[in-house]
Amino acid sequence: MPRPVLLMLQILVAVFAIAFWWVLTRTSLFGDPSRIQFFFSTPMDVLNRIIAWFSSGQIWYHLWITLIEAALAFVIGTVAALILGFWLARRPRLAAVFDPYIKAANALPRVVLAPIFTLWFGLGIWSKVALGFTLVFFIVFFNVYQGVKEVNRTVLQNARMLGMSERQLLRHVYLPSALSWVFSSLHISIGFAVVGAVVGEYLGASAGLGYLIAQAEGMFDIAGVFAGMFVLSAFVLIIDWLVTLAERRLLIWQPDSDHHH
Amino acid sequence: MESAVHLRTVDISFAVSGKQPFRAVAGADLRVAKGEFVAIVGPTGSGKSTLLNAAAGLLRPSAGVVEIEGRPLEGLNRSAGYLFQADALMPWKTSRDNVAISLEISGTPRRQALARAEEWLERVGLRGFGDRYPHMLSGGQRKRVAMAQVLIRDPAILLMDEPFGPLDAQTRLIMGDLLLDLWQQDRKAVMFVTHDLEEAISLSDRVVILSTGPDARIIGDFPIPLPRPRDVSEIKLEPEFQNLHRDIWHLLKDQVLKAYAHSTAEKA
Repeated sequence: MPRPVLLMLQILVAVFAIAFWWVLTRTSLFGDPSRIQFFFSTPMDVLNRIIAWFSSGQIWYHLWITLIEAALAFVIGTVAALILGFWLARRPRLAAVFDPYIKAANALPRVVLAPIFTLWFGLGIWSKVALGFTLVFFIVFFNVYQGVKEVNRTVLQNARMLGMSERQLLRHVYLPSALSWVFSSLHISIGFAVVGAVVGEYLGASAGLGYLIAQAEGMFDIAGVFAGMFVLSAFVLIIDWLVTLAERRLLIWQPDSDHHH
Repeated sequence: MESAVHLRTVDISFAVSGKQPFRAVAGADLRVAKGEFVAIVGPTGSGKSTLLNAAAGLLRPSAGVVEIEGRPLEGLNRSAGYLFQADALMPWKTSRDNVAISLEISGTPRRQALARAEEWLERVGLRGFGDRYPHMLSGGQRKRVAMAQVLIRDPAILLMDEPFGPLDAQTRLIMGDLLLDLWQQDRKAVMFVTHDLEEAISLSDRVVILSTGPDARIIGDFPIPLPRPRDVSEIKLEPEFQNLHRDIWHLLKDQVLKAYAHSTAEKA
């Protein structure tokens, strides 16, 4: 599909959805509009709220907090997972011992951890970073582990025959191989870093997008809830787009990165 | 003449869980002199690559000794360059970096290594391809980079495991010529594994025939007295080439048929 056509169709979906929303909340086609407005607000109210947030500038602070939390969760989670993933992948016996515990920890729903993290790290950003960390860590960890395990045998043997020491193998063979797996899961891990931050804020915070949404919900301010969700969606879309740009640069050596150009 | 590689009555076995170990090669005795180009030919599954991996130090023989330049081999063979059949370049490095890394490993400063890599890319006919990543090159071009990567270290011994196997017929001839051209300049000792008898005769000084495995043995050793320099695509037309081919094929054919019967029996 040509790009402009695709873009048109994508915009058309939004136009239809908003039009339906407008008809639902502004006409009596589906019942009493004022009753429905209580549940769904209206497109104009939500838009006005978003404009108010941005023109007063208060939204920037909340966006900044969420961004910092997500970024910290991503960076700390990725670095920790890289180190531990490498370490365990090179020690199969140790990995076998820890295997059930890693799987059990990963299977735990993170929401139940949020109150504990609040208890441990307080209401500030660190409890949200911790929540995001638990999400990012496992995604990156499993990818690194896989990446190290599935290093191409011929490439490895060739590097050995060229005279690489264990350290050089780590730097020139294992690390690039593992990083290519990490990069290919970049969208997912960054997405989860944001989820961790927002869910953490939602459950107890004094700033951030999640806090904003939770506040609005507490006051039955439906326009505020919807406005918060739209800002959050746009925020995630922009980050995702930046990740795509970064990916194109980082994975230039991979065969399919050609098709993205 | 002094030998570069000497396999002294080598056995190579692989552990098979719950079964008797599988003995791929039995009592192989093979000497490759310095400056000699030896081709090892055998049907599929005859343990040709196994023999090569023993000379590389990638495999340990279960009996016998591998001697490299007169000394028993411990660990990996540091005097050998190994050209693999499958793609072995690091896909995340450009072809220039793939060649330069061979020197950087042993401490050559990066700038110097890159300059030497550029020279080597030119020698293998890839001038101007330095910035390409392996996936942007054809199979033949990737083999050229791999050759530069191995040869830039100037190894005394060159081990080649069906290096041109994955290439098409024309490219194989061109690569054969390139290999002989480069080899002619400093005459390294070469162990060249192939299942293609024509390729073996046209390149080498000696053709060694392995029997069908398991327990593969060396069953033939033919000197190839064809004059050098050779033109790989023309040499097949020489009557002497055809005589040699007939003699060796006579021996090889039985083994190939045996290997074929073996493989079809296994499938049935």
